[in-house]
Amino acid sequence: MRARFASLGLALLAPLLIAADKPVLVPDISARQVQIRYSFNGAQLLLFGAVVYPGGQPPDRQVDIAVVLRGPVQPILVREKEKIAGIWMNADSNRFRSAPSYYAVASSRPISDLVDERTAAIYELGLHNLQLSPGGGALPEKERRFEAGLLDLRSRQGLYSENPHGVEINGGVLYRAVITIPSQVPVGTYTAETFLIDRHKVIAAATRDIQINKSGFERYVALAARRHRLLYGLSCVILSLGLGWAAAAAFRRRF
Amino acid sequence: MDIYLPIAGQSVNALLIVVLGFLVGLLSGMFGVGGGFLTTPLLIFYGIPPTVAVASATTQITGASVSGAMVHMRRGGVDLKMGGVMIVGGLAGSLVGAALFRLLQSTGRIDVVIGLLYVLILGWIGTLMLVDSLKSLGYVKVPEQTTPRPRHNRWVASLPYRWRFHSSGLYISPVAPLALGFLAGILTVFLGIGGGFILVPAMIYLLGMPARVVIGTSLIMILTVSAGTTMVHALTTRAVDIVLAGLLLVGGVIGAQYGAILTTRLKPDYLRLALAVIILLVGLRMFLGLFWHPDEIFSIEYL
Repeated sequence: MRARFASLGLALLAPLLIAADKPVLVPDISARQVQIRYSFNGAQLLLFGAVVYPGGQPPDRQVDIAVVLRGPVQPILVREKEKIAGIWMNADSNRFRSAPSYYAVASSRPISDLVDERTAAIYELGLHNLQLSPGGGALPEKERRFEAGLLDLRSRQGLYSENPHGVEINGGVLYRAVITIPSQVPVGTYTAETFLIDRHKVIAAATRDIQINKSGFERYVALAARRHRLLYGLSCVILSLGLGWAAAAAFRRRF
Repeated sequence: MDIYLPIAGQSVNALLIVVLGFLVGLLSGMFGVGGGFLTTPLLIFYGIPPTVAVASATTQITGASVSGAMVHMRRGGVDLKMGGVMIVGGLAGSLVGAALFRLLQSTGRIDVVIGLLYVLILGWIGTLMLVDSLKSLGYVKVPEQTTPRPRHNRWVASLPYRWRFHSSGLYISPVAPLALGFLAGILTVFLGIGGGFILVPAMIYLLGMPARVVIGTSLIMILTVSAGTTMVHALTTRAVDIVLAGLLLVGGVIGAQYGAILTTRLKPDYLRLALAVIILLVGLRMFLGLFWHPDEIFSIEYL
């Protein structure tokens, strides 16, 4: 345990030691863990931090910050409905091997003003730069159609979002961004990445992990449904029989 | 009041679900049907994933049919032998249905199959009931039948290996109720409906069972098959959400009691007319849904 802390400390200090002439990001999140409980209907995370410049003096020109929160990657199949013989039904489909289950980017200015396309693609900044790994060797035109459909669908569900003015920078040093998580996010390890951008280049980056877990009763139910299927099914049946019987008994006495 | 559903993986308004359960329970108490044909589409309209909606509605049907089945058991309005044969068919049907369900799920055609089945069944049963209730209310004049309807259906009577069903006073082959139960079992898995509104007319018109034992027998059958289907869903699709089912049940079982009380104060023919109209409206909505431009062209399936 101590060794792990020591190496962690070293890893954190390393940028300070190696590149003393470059600014360093010190990020933090309002919550390292999000617990999904019975009353969970989404959460707001505050991603904030400071930029430490060498010499302690921020530059005269404006620097920019982009914050990315992404959920665990899932392989998915996207289906497209088509009108066949007058009826809308699923026809074509396309596989994406690495679609993030949640993706939100906030920046102090629109991404396209901050970095060029190549840099945006490298750091996966912006919805259109996500590496979704479409599979199956489909035509590029079809792939684009499905990608647009996926981005549009998840944007409207609140799972993908882009806020071009979501980061507030104070005195060139302190920054903060509020990111909203809807209730239907999957559980897992989320990463919050912060990028310091100066003159179209990413000059510093830092990452923090956030755990989103079901807790208490919700966690117990989700686990039971997966691991003890027979007992879970039986308890559902017993619950319905019991409630039905109880209502009948209660009303028989009254009327 | 928002509450998080652990299996559906989203939060819903708990009060709204309880009220939905209550209204469906009211109808199921009034008409002696499970009410799944209303719960499932309404949950899907609300935004619950279809598989979770189907599986959890099945659990509610069990609860709603318990009290009715108890009442009929006490009155002796249940043909246990006939019910047993139909339950065997129903459980077999639910297993075959689950296999078919998985197959269609993997090809992505399940939505359209569910939609088409709903339209066909609701349209057919709704029209039958509408015509029937209009006739008995005297709005539609029917010419007097000169030849009385034969008590036995010709097809059913031609089946081999006849058994004697004492409570129903029938001497027919068990193959017919077995097949009927099988069909109802498949429908329970596919549509999250108990199949009561199919079983009851089929038992009267096809098997020729006396009305005295029809409702009780069908309730026993629905109770067992929906409980079995809940188990099948829990074991295969793992889509039963106990919190969602619990909320539906709390409203549903109470609604069913009030519905049963209301039944004694209303004229049964008007009840049947009302049920026919509701069934046709739901069927019409599903029918239009097949042709309307869907809200979402794209859908996501997790691998």
